[in-house]
Amino acid sequence: MSTDLAAGRRPPADPAVGPSSVGRSIEALWPAIVAFAVFVLVWKVAALIAGLGFILPPPELVGARFLGAWADGTMEPHAWATFVEVVLGFAAGASIGLGAGYLIARSRLAERLVSPYLVAAQAVPILALAPLLALWFGPGLLAKIVICGLIVFFPVTIATMVGIRSVDRGLLELAASLRATRRQVLTTIEIPAAMPSVLGGLRVGATLAVVGAIVGEWAGADKGLGVLVNLARGSLFDYPLMFATLVTIALFGIAAYLVIVLAGRRLIGIR
Amino acid sequence: MTTERVTRPGRLVAEDIEVAFPASRRGAPPTVALDGLSLDVAAGEIVALIGPNGCGKSTFLRVAAGLLAPQHGRVTLDGAPVVAPSPRIGLVFQEPRLLPWRSVVDNIAYPLELAGWPHRRRDERVAELLPLVGIERAAALRPVQLSGGMRQRTAIARALALAPDVLLLDEPFSALDALTREWFNLELLRLHRRTGATIVIVTHSIPEAILVADRVLVLTAQPGRIAAEVRVDAPSPRSIELLDGALVSRAAAEIRANLAQPGEVA
Repeated sequence: MSTDLAAGRRPPADPAVGPSSVGRSIEALWPAIVAFAVFVLVWKVAALIAGLGFILPPPELVGARFLGAWADGTMEPHAWATFVEVVLGFAAGASIGLGAGYLIARSRLAERLVSPYLVAAQAVPILALAPLLALWFGPGLLAKIVICGLIVFFPVTIATMVGIRSVDRGLLELAASLRATRRQVLTTIEIPAAMPSVLGGLRVGATLAVVGAIVGEWAGADKGLGVLVNLARGSLFDYPLMFATLVTIALFGIAAYLVIVLAGRRLIGIR
Repeated sequence: MTTERVTRPGRLVAEDIEVAFPASRRGAPPTVALDGLSLDVAAGEIVALIGPNGCGKSTFLRVAAGLLAPQHGRVTLDGAPVVAPSPRIGLVFQEPRLLPWRSVVDNIAYPLELAGWPHRRRDERVAELLPLVGIERAAALRPVQLSGGMRQRTAIARALALAPDVLLLDEPFSALDALTREWFNLELLRLHRRTGATIVIVTHSIPEAILVADRVLVLTAQPGRIAAEVRVDAPSPRSIELLDGALVSRAAAEIRANLAQPGEVA
């Protein structure tokens, strides 16, 4: 009787494969395309109205500068530096966040010891903390990883804690009745059950990682997209380049977010 | 019942079980869930525990499954004390408690996986269990795709996976409609004939208790004690028609009479 559920109402072609997949992805993408077109249009109109009295280069100029900067090698070394910071900072912050979140969820003592500092550390703006961290950890990569990791850590910790705490107690009791070891409980129940919540935290963390990297670069660096923004504005007076860099930063954030979303879809599947 | 037969394992004995839960408020007395409960279930016997809400039926099953340590008394399985969950005791909860991210097959294989069985043996065992509870067609589905009855069948198959000598069921069919429930009761009897396991079933339903059990134990509420024991001397195999017979009305009347008593005391 329940097999009917799976067999019934199957669309003529499998949505994942076949000739219709291109059509389907266009269908799914068109709102994004329309929204982007509207955004560019509004930008263009604003640039026309603002004219020379306001620093807003029109979209075609920024677009040309964006492509040009990537083509002539202006963007690439900075983008690469930021990319490395984002990846390493996210990895560090997320892994510590996962561990801390689990510990806080499962140990009252850990919660009482750690959570006040956790919240306090989060209440102090990372912008205020960055110069100090740059002093401590030097002008190199390490300071950026620390700053980036610090900003990623919090949402991942909270999401993990919430996810682990929300694990169905009935399932834990079931595992206990089947003599599951601590490790088996973790891998077969806690991790899969907490996964949706953890992935939510990782999504927020991924976008914040880009913010962390830029903030870290502003606190002292010679390379990176944050540096390029300052260079374009302060020394080169190249406003189209500045905007092109901002576009690159935004694309980084979108890419980081999408990576987590897609990874999450693979991990979770249907429930 | 007192003469032990070595040939068949699965005699479950509870001696003077006492369980009290700490008070929720400071200064309040602790809640006594079970107060000196004793019972002796012969190997292969089916015993139903019936009683009002809060009489400690579920608590007793947790003690018998080794999930909860009593303050006093002990449970033994064929003479060996039960102090921790054992593969010889299968537990079916009131809710199916299936892992939502696993298919029916993988849910049934879960105890085998935890016990470290290799893949091949797991698959073989699951292939035996699927037809036993009649869910072959749903094997690849996830719990969300199943009806309530199918979920509970999966849970029963999971509890049977390690071929336990004792099966403990905590109101397993309470979420099912009356018709499906009768059908499941007969299914349980069929499973019992196939596996020969000792069965202790906790229930709210007098017809259910009479239909499946050799003996019905009536529990009083807070503190939980056994108020009466009612034998159901019906021939095997039993059928739904049994519920219309005089024997059953007599047993039901006796159970009801005993269920009524604690209300007057409390």
